[in-house]
Amino acid sequence: MALFEAQNLRKRFGARVVLENISLSIEDGTVHGIMGPNGAGKTTCFHVLTGHHAPDAGRITFAGRDITGKKPHQIARMGISRSFQIMNLFDDTVVIENVILALPEFRSSGLNPIRDVFGNTALIDRALAVLDQVGLAHRAWEKAAALPYGERRALEIAVALAPEPRIVFLDEPTSGLGTDATRALADLIRDLRNRYTICLIEHDMRFLFDLADRISVIHWGQVIDENTPANLRANKWVARSALGEVA
Amino acid sequence: MPMITLSDIPARGGSPFTPAMGVFLLALSTAPFWLPAVGLYQYLGIEVAIWLIFALGFNLLFGYIGLHSFGHGAYLGIGAYAFGLFQQEIAVSLWGGLLAAISAATIAGGIVAAFISHRRGIYYALMTIAFGQIFWFCAIKLHGVTGGEDGLLGIPRPDFVLGPIRFSLADNTSLYWFSAVLLALVAIGLWRLVNAPFGRVLQAIRQNETRARFVGYDVWRIKWLTFTLSAAFAGLAGGLFSMAQESAYPDVMSLHQSGLIVMMILVGGGLVSFWGPVLGVILYFVARDVIGGITETWLLWFGLMFVIMVMSRPEGIAGLIHVARTRLGHAPAGRSAPKPTEV
Ligand SMILES: Nc1ncnc2c1ncn2[C@@H]1O[C@H](COP(=O)(O)OP(=O)(O)OP(=O)(O)O)[C@@H](O)[C@H]1O
Ligand SMILES: [Mg+2]
Repeated sequence: MALFEAQNLRKRFGARVVLENISLSIEDGTVHGIMGPNGAGKTTCFHVLTGHHAPDAGRITFAGRDITGKKPHQIARMGISRSFQIMNLFDDTVVIENVILALPEFRSSGLNPIRDVFGNTALIDRALAVLDQVGLAHRAWEKAAALPYGERRALEIAVALAPEPRIVFLDEPTSGLGTDATRALADLIRDLRNRYTICLIEHDMRFLFDLADRISVIHWGQVIDENTPANLRANKWVARSALGEVA
Repeated sequence: MPMITLSDIPARGGSPFTPAMGVFLLALSTAPFWLPAVGLYQYLGIEVAIWLIFALGFNLLFGYIGLHSFGHGAYLGIGAYAFGLFQQEIAVSLWGGLLAAISAATIAGGIVAAFISHRRGIYYALMTIAFGQIFWFCAIKLHGVTGGEDGLLGIPRPDFVLGPIRFSLADNTSLYWFSAVLLALVAIGLWRLVNAPFGRVLQAIRQNETRARFVGYDVWRIKWLTFTLSAAFAGLAGGLFSMAQESAYPDVMSLHQSGLIVMMILVGGGLVSFWGPVLGVILYFVARDVIGGITETWLLWFGLMFVIMVMSRPEGIAGLIHVARTRLGHAPAGRSAPKPTEV
């Protein structure tokens, strides 16, 4: 059985139906890509999968458990992590604290009025190791808001990885990155795929086709195709919109 | 220069007995001796202590988690009425009265928080005002219970009784000592709380509620808890207030009081430092008594100072101090935590 499954998700805002009928099935240990034109409903789909919006219909299961309608914090605690297309960081504080706040060891002591935060070297070492994965360890004690754009994107990923989730949802991680940074990110994801199941939305076709085991194409709030990158090249929409750059 | 926030001041682990706490406790424990010498009076000490308990608790909500309540006077008032009603209807008892004050404010705060904790920003602020007005209206209209516009008069000051120790709080000096001890406990407790993981989580929620949710924090519950806690401190302050005034009346919970506490916090720098509210409260009362001794229009001057402060250094006095120390090279700028080697 797949690790993460969504069946016939439907979501509308007022009269506007954004997700018509979305079904996804993500196997354990794979990289699952999601592509589609702007406004297709990809981000909304992530919002529904991670509890930000409850679906109007449909069912979401994770590791055999029904998680439909669960709250974001409950979903996060089960081992489902995500990054955001529009960055969401703790900007007033230092880089390392962004990661510490996401560590389950910290969270479980989060309401403890006695323990020290920065006196706990084990916690700091853990956070530094996470930052090291994305190449940010040298920035640990700088203010998050002061980082350049590319490093903020990297931090966004570090925060998603910090809890050692079973599955990570990444919403357009390459957006706004230059070629070097994109290549570094591809290396990182190749490295991570051995440890996490990854689902990513991408507009960069070369990036996605290189990394993904399977790809779902979303259009008009529906999955219009789902296949391996090799087989998808035959899809009419994919061929028309993007394959020019891939092949 | 970017705005400074509470997160710019280093988190301090371990002991709350920092130099700032030392100065604070020293001032607290010597006030009755020098207050008359500088031309002030004991009752001022009581007022300051009460407002400091109110302000330090309120800043957990306003500064740390960044939820802007403009109706917190209500919980001060509820504490005051609850203390008075306990003395008049149940028994003349210090601890009973204070417990009633804290409980009533906590329950009222908990109920209101349940209605507003899914909001933030302007809607949150408006709802706190609306609930504040409801409580104020009840205080005026429920004559039978609250005494209407006159309020509860002749609330006794019960004796302090703890095991074999018993003394009267009838004179202002002894009531000051009692309030000062409570304030010291509140300050030490809250200092510890905001520097512990709990305080960091509050600040995380202030910075980005969505992110906090997606890394696993039950944001609604923490917002609820923080509002309720701050109402509990307001209730304690209210109980002491009705002891000090020997009465409880609707003005205690007016919108004016709610605005005053916000102004004190902003002027002092509660958005920047744990000690901001302390500076703000002291400055307000000194302005009232010193400038007020010179001119009737002291509030105008205080208001003007508030305007200038908000326009030039919105982080308040604590922000000014922080900037000055950074320039002099004493404070670590732009870093909210000591590096591991310094811990
Ligand atoms: N909360 C909302 N209320 C109303 N409409 C919404 C809401 N969220 C998204 N939409 C609409 O749903 C549609 C899909 O948006 P979504 O952000 O999911 O697209 P996307 O596939 O991620 O696009 P992009 O590639 O540009 O990121 C858009 O037309 C958007 O305007
Ligand atoms: Mg999107």
